Amino acid sequence: MSSVTGERISVGRIGDSISRPDGTPKVQGSYAFSSDLSAENCLWGATLRSPHPSARIVSIDISGAYRIAGVEAVITAADVPGSPTYGLISSDQPVFAADVVRYVGEPIAAVAADHPETCRRALAAIVVVYEVLEPLVDPERAIDGSHPDIHPDGNVIRRQRIVCGDPDIVGDVVVEDDYEIGMQDQAFLGLEAAMALPDDDGGGVSLYVATQWLHEDQKQIAACLGVPLSKVRLTLGGVGGAFGAREDISLQVHTCLLALRTGRPVRIHYSREESFLGHVHRHPVRIWMRHHATSDGRLVKVEARMVFDGGAYASTSSAVLINGVTHAQGPYRCDNAVVDGYAVRTNNLPCGAMRGFGVVQACFAHEGQMDKLAAACGIDPVEIRLLNAMVTGDKLITGQIIENVAPVARCIRETAALPLPDEPVGGHDHDPMRLPGGAGRTADSSHIVRGIGFAVAIKNLMYSETFDDYSTARCRLSDGVVTLKFATSEVGQGFITIAGQIARSVLGFDTVVIDSIDTDVGSAGSTSASRQTWMSGGAVNAACIKVRDLLFAAVAVSHDVDPLSLAVDGGDIIAAAGVFRISALEAASGLSFDETVEYHHKPTEDLDENGQGNCHTAFAFVAHRAVVDVDPELGLVKVIQIATAQDVGRALNPLSVLGQIEGGIAQGLGLAVMEEIIMTNGHVRNPSFTDYLLPTFLDMPTVIASLIEEPDPFAPLGAKGVGEPPTISSTPAIVAAIRDAIGKPLNRVPVRPTDIIGLRAFPSI
Amino acid sequence: MSVIVPKSLSDALAALADNPDALVLAGGTDAMVEVNSGHRKPSHVIAINRVSELRSWTFDPVAATVHIGSGVTYAELMESPVAQLLPALAEASRTVGSPQIRHTGTLGGNLGTCSPAGDGLPVVSALDGMVHLASVAGDRSLSVHEFMVGVKRTARQPGELITGVTLPVLSGWQGYSKVGVRNAMVIALASTCLATDLDSRNVRLALGSVGPTILRCVEAEAFAAAVVSFESQSVSASDARRFGELAAAASRPINDHRATAEYRRHAIGVLASRLLRRAFPNE
Repeated sequence: MSSVTGERISVGRIGDSISRPDGTPKVQGSYAFSSDLSAENCLWGATLRSPHPSARIVSIDISGAYRIAGVEAVITAADVPGSPTYGLISSDQPVFAADVVRYVGEPIAAVAADHPETCRRALAAIVVVYEVLEPLVDPERAIDGSHPDIHPDGNVIRRQRIVCGDPDIVGDVVVEDDYEIGMQDQAFLGLEAAMALPDDDGGGVSLYVATQWLHEDQKQIAACLGVPLSKVRLTLGGVGGAFGAREDISLQVHTCLLALRTGRPVRIHYSREESFLGHVHRHPVRIWMRHHATSDGRLVKVEARMVFDGGAYASTSSAVLINGVTHAQGPYRCDNAVVDGYAVRTNNLPCGAMRGFGVVQACFAHEGQMDKLAAACGIDPVEIRLLNAMVTGDKLITGQIIENVAPVARCIRETAALPLPDEPVGGHDHDPMRLPGGAGRTADSSHIVRGIGFAVAIKNLMYSETFDDYSTARCRLSDGVVTLKFATSEVGQGFITIAGQIARSVLGFDTVVIDSIDTDVGSAGSTSASRQTWMSGGAVNAACIKVRDLLFAAVAVSHDVDPLSLAVDGGDIIAAAGVFRISALEAASGLSFDETVEYHHKPTEDLDENGQGNCHTAFAFVAHRAVVDVDPELGLVKVIQIATAQDVGRALNPLSVLGQIEGGIAQGLGLAVMEEIIMTNGHVRNPSFTDYLLPTFLDMPTVIASLIEEPDPFAPLGAKGVGEPPTISSTPAIVAAIRDAIGKPLNRVPVRPTDIIGLRAFPSI
Repeated sequence: MSVIVPKSLSDALAALADNPDALVLAGGTDAMVEVNSGHRKPSHVIAINRVSELRSWTFDPVAATVHIGSGVTYAELMESPVAQLLPALAEASRTVGSPQIRHTGTLGGNLGTCSPAGDGLPVVSALDGMVHLASVAGDRSLSVHEFMVGVKRTARQPGELITGVTLPVLSGWQGYSKVGVRNAMVIALASTCLATDLDSRNVRLALGSVGPTILRCVEAEAFAAAVVSFESQSVSASDARRFGELAAAASRPINDHRATAEYRRHAIGVLASRLLRRAFPNE
């Protein structure tokens, strides 16, 4: 269903489209996900959660649970020996709620028992008396101070302004609007699962878990357990998707506490409903934007106010907010800006990391604005984007200079040049399944209108604001076998595939073994922020180069050649002059090397009170064009085609890049037209895949992708991260196409059938 | 919990006589969701998917009827020749869930659950199907309109098993339409089945997801029968629109987290009007 330009034949080195080693086992069902783990004598754990978005806990009586045969442990806040709270940026979230609950689903107690059904009965036997409080669910009330603080840290998690250039300047053309983004769930298919094994002496624990960042988990777990880091060892369990939802602690501390309490292995598996409550989501955001431009369409100033609803606990809200406000201008040159952003605390579900991390929300608004500006100036939407496209050397509204390769205009031109679908509405075969409504056969071709939309995005790569998110890799060479060791979470993005490709290219050996992914090596940082290809790829590359240089030195001595003249050529080591050639296997015979390297990116700065500072590490760019068929009478949508050109730096594995592009587009499509956690007064209305709708194959359009390969001089392999950009501008492109089809404004995602028809989305009371 | 797996209808009825309130498990696509979520805790389960008498359909050309055993799956109903005999049922079956669901879910299960969103039910209603029940005390048949009592409530008595449904093979066009917010694998926000019969010159319209159970639109049906031309296969645009309005007026939808009543009623009007134009494509 998809095609990519310039696909290469597979031999397993950098640039080859080799298949992933975990692909076949996953398709065949033999891959061990973390939920497949078990151990002898293993107990099951389960979590008691708050039914209220805001309440005072009057009392907790666990005695009933202990009376149930098979129950081995019941633990509450009183049983947390170390830090009672955890958190990625600020430690504000209780392991178990002690005196108040702040969201529906907040953990209150955990049990360990011989069977999941025993666990269920034990949870039902715990008696919690609540004094129910009025929840804070309106983010504006968190800002205006009209609701009492719901947490000792206050109701505003962070406010950040950006003032750049002349804040009072006015353009010839001014457009403004309000935008709203609903709460999206990462909806990974492999539910949260972990197994903890206590040490024989009871002093430490080993945890097998599906996570995005082993070492950060280790740090937070050890703090809550009150033990040294060395007493908590983590091994990556098979991960069935992450998308940001595995960056925060969910069941890790609970599983370890139960294992230490019982002295037996304990495993916890979340159900789908529990998963919706048990991890952070994409922030719902309200954005107001006003764009000023010259009459010929050049941006003069961007004004914005953004309110991110962080839910009950901080998680990464402050960093998500920074991404939102610093990306308000989009990939466009703009000298003047006034941006004000808030991340606030409410009694809604906690929000944090999700693919795109604040930029998805900013992009939906700035791309809506660019279309309005194009209309106001009488310029084509593609032309106005080209006119304003930023280039390397441009200054952002934060004052930071874009040093990376910035092929924005190329992304736009190449996307626009990709062929439009050659088929009429309904396809050449007039298959009703291809119309909006799909299998429901709701429409005939005559009912359908087609629209085209365009959107462009800029996305920061790696962590920001002084965070040193380094990565560590170890390379061992022994008798011609390369073994790589790192703690990089493989969550499905394909790092273990490209790690092998890097090692084969650098060292010339075909056999590369990937060692267990665990905390027996230094941190790799998180699998997030589109950073692992750059950071862990950089670390693997550097470790392999160190080993290669040691091998060259040995070859130089044994064969009396200048080590500086040596190079790897396929499977051989050659001297540059071409007179010397030896197979790498022969050269390495009897030799062993073992090198560990940390890779750090260049340091970044905090933003000052005016939002100025070199806060980001690097940037990538992408454009999307959507062709969408719409049934305006029923409000149904079918996305027909997405064309995209993405700035990838260098495609280390083009097939894997295409996988990220397709998956990101599916997730962007979901946000555009169907995916939303619906909350009413702090309660989730649709915590199931029956009612939280993800795109199916029939919803997924044809994707045509063009990879723009301009190797980035700052990236260790020239390769930029590619995971997030596909999901960012695909959403606004689809919404622009729907607007184009029906000729109405649509300022909210997901777009609902009622929005298209012009009916109320909620019943009038 | 006991699980009984009878291999014959008589064994199944005997088991049901012993455990009249047992959970009858066919494809399990409704029942297991309820069990897994803890909403239902059966002490006895009778799994009928190996009862061969329930697993087939038969066509009676003399009576012009199709008898569908309650264990026939949606996937089977999508295949010819039964799909040609009952095209609306084939279309409705295609809208059910995913391929996995359609290969295990059954029309009998749809009847047994009797959700207003059951995809097969508007078709059975539009065709005035007869539902067959059996027990050790004897067999009985009743109209689907009597069988469906309310939201997930039927006339089936403890100890009775749904053995099948008989549907007439009509001589005119028939079709099914369903609205959901996804192009496949979605619960109906509103659904319609329209069936026409050239011999008796009538038009039948049944609505799903817009009432406590499937609704028939008597007024709209009478209006259509009066205004369409069965000879020229035609209906005017304004009459088709009026038909939609009458269908919408007959709907009794509720507001929930999936959709507003207003949207559901609107969708019924659009679907009914479009189906009538499909049945009578000429102006």
